[in-house]
Amino acid sequence: MDAAQVLLVVMWVGVTLYALLAGADFGGGIWDLLAGRSRAGMPQRRLIEHSIGPVWEANHVWLIFVIVVLWTGFPPVFAAVMSTLYIPLTLAALGIIARGAAFAFRKASTELWQQRLFGAAFATSSVLTPFFLGAVAGAVASGRVPPGLAAGDLLRSWLNPTSLLGGVLAVAVCAYLAAVYLCDDAVRAGSPELAGRFRHRALATGLVVGAVALGGISVIRWDAPRLFDGLTHRALALVVAGAVLGLLSLVLLWRRHYLSVRVTAALAVAAVVWGWPLAQYPVMLHPSLTVDEAAAVPAVLHATLLVLAVGALLVLPSMAWLFVLQRRSLHDPGAHG
Amino acid sequence: MTGLVALAGPAGAADLAAARMQMALSLGWHIVLACFGVGMPALLLSAEWRAIRTGDDALLRLARQWAKVAGVLFAVGAVSGTILSFEMGLLWPGLMGTYGQVIGLPFALEGIAFFVEAIFIGAYLYAWDRLPPRVHLLSGVPVLVAGVASAFFVVTANAWMNQPVGFVMENGRVTQVAPWRAMFNPATPPQTLHMIVAAFMVAGFGTASVYAVAMLRGRRDRYHRLGFMIPFTMAAVFAPIQIFLGDYAAKFLAERQPTKLAAAEGLFRTGPNAPLSLGGFVADGRLRYAVEIPSGLSLLVGHSPSTVVQGLDRVPVADRPPVTPVHLAFDTMVGMGSLLFLLAAWYAFAWWRRRDLPRSRWFLRFAALSGVAAVLALETGWIVTEVGRQPWVVYGRLRTLDAVNPAPGLWAGAVIVALVYVFLTVATVYVLRRMAGAPREQEPAPRAAAYAPQEPE
Repeated sequence: MDAAQVLLVVMWVGVTLYALLAGADFGGGIWDLLAGRSRAGMPQRRLIEHSIGPVWEANHVWLIFVIVVLWTGFPPVFAAVMSTLYIPLTLAALGIIARGAAFAFRKASTELWQQRLFGAAFATSSVLTPFFLGAVAGAVASGRVPPGLAAGDLLRSWLNPTSLLGGVLAVAVCAYLAAVYLCDDAVRAGSPELAGRFRHRALATGLVVGAVALGGISVIRWDAPRLFDGLTHRALALVVAGAVLGLLSLVLLWRRHYLSVRVTAALAVAAVVWGWPLAQYPVMLHPSLTVDEAAAVPAVLHATLLVLAVGALLVLPSMAWLFVLQRRSLHDPGAHG
Repeated sequence: MTGLVALAGPAGAADLAAARMQMALSLGWHIVLACFGVGMPALLLSAEWRAIRTGDDALLRLARQWAKVAGVLFAVGAVSGTILSFEMGLLWPGLMGTYGQVIGLPFALEGIAFFVEAIFIGAYLYAWDRLPPRVHLLSGVPVLVAGVASAFFVVTANAWMNQPVGFVMENGRVTQVAPWRAMFNPATPPQTLHMIVAAFMVAGFGTASVYAVAMLRGRRDRYHRLGFMIPFTMAAVFAPIQIFLGDYAAKFLAERQPTKLAAAEGLFRTGPNAPLSLGGFVADGRLRYAVEIPSGLSLLVGHSPSTVVQGLDRVPVADRPPVTPVHLAFDTMVGMGSLLFLLAAWYAFAWWRRRDLPRSRWFLRFAALSGVAAVLALETGWIVTEVGRQPWVVYGRLRTLDAVNPAPGLWAGAVIVALVYVFLTVATVYVLRRMAGAPREQEPAPRAAAYAPQEPE
């Protein structure tokens, strides 16, 4: 592999982690929205808040990481995607503002009406942000973002069947991941009753994700034939792996193996996330901008990879420590306001 | 939405203005939060460190209170920073498509620093009662280091826009990029030092202001006195350093970006005996109604009245920045910096004489305003840096007009973003105000619980 390919893989690891961690984080917001009335939903909201409390700020970093690697490593792709898709990306950015601010404010506010207001902003933006990000993915994957500044159609690039599919699938996956993660957290927090509820939700959203993905095959075949071709040929193994792992996750959920379903559900989503670039490699932007043409000069690629390697040495152990700390503290929720 | 975009028509001067306004608003907003992100960990750690050593309850309560505030500010700073990384591409794809690879490295480094900061601030806030005090204190140290580091990295990228080096341009494509050279460009030392010190001043004076107001209202207990003195002392130490750094930065401009200095000083004519002009505005191609100190600028730049200072007459009109806003912003920054220095000197004098705060209520009144003054100096300083570089986004290389997103309808986005920032500001201030009043009586820090030896798990 040359430096550009390595950097592309590293960037996609960032995308995957964003999908798996921030995805669950967004999903937590969706379940917060559906938790029911203020008082009845309180235990669920508290569990959600407690689960994502220590990690959600770090999740911004995955997104920033992907953005920075994209503009450093593949600047023409970054410029084309951001300029053509500025409307959904601005809306996603607004969702990120509303979400982050509302979550922090809700934690700090004491009165019910404020908690409801901030809670509503938090939950609504938890749905909208992944939807728009999914729509952006659908736009790029269906070849509607040509190279150049704002060269694509500003509206049809993201208002199309594949983008809609991408948006819906993203929201459904977020809800599913969050429900799966919360089952185990609920057990650890000593609430089998809550775990049971999230198990039902995980099963239901898992079926929804499966149905959307199955239906999506025909949408992609009709709307984005090149992508369909890639997915059914080169990326077929990953697509099949995603389906099998998805089914396995449902079985594990059914049998209440909450810890192992965390792994299989995450792997199923990761398989789909990796299927997309594999399907369209080496083209980054249709019709013909390839990885090699878009890549920065070798000196930049090498320096960036070096910096990221050193960064990983700093970040990964710290992150592991944070997760250990958080899991340990799940034993006594409520000790901290 | 369709109608909005269609109505807007193709991108033009209005879109450039909208993009610049949106960027200025987002950046100007984020910078204040970022300053607290850099400065507050130092306050927190010094309060907690002293609390552990002395067992002083007031210090512990202060540290806890500041930790909560830092948590809110960090969260809002994180989202406003995320938005900026979007806006680099949404608004300035012409800059990022061409030069993204040249300035990517410091942003990658900044991302790592931010990551470390986010992880450890998460741990720090979460683990007050779950880690032994000393370990908890240590978990805050990376927050401080990473905060300063991210300020350094991100400002190097801006410094590069002022001193673009480390690449070769061939047929509209950059080649032979030397990313480390681009990062450590000639503007890096003056800009980063000036900004990091400014951040400590904003956080210090800003935090001290809150307690100055409380003391003016008669709350002069140990908690409030310490709450004032720790941040004010930090800021007061940095105030004189900043005077030197400001002078250093101005001398750098005289040598490397004379057009920006000329705009900052409203100097149109090149020559010796350049005056130092205070106030005034530009009309008919010269600065009017300014108070002039004869040869002042020549003296400051070269320590001699005969020093030749370059004026705006050396550059074509099309390449000049808008002079009035840059000049007035520069005067405001220098004025506020000088006032803050005098206030710091007052405090130092009283401390030297009596080991106590100045007795005059006027001192507290000025101190109560010092946070606003520091933020004003910060913002006007950035206006000098950014507007003073116009019409270039990359100095001498790329015009801002050629960097902006050519898509129509940017103004609609700018309006929406502006409204969101208004809401965000109101909500942040409201929440912080509530936090300022609430916790003291309700939850005295559970000192016994926090500082008892913990059982190993």
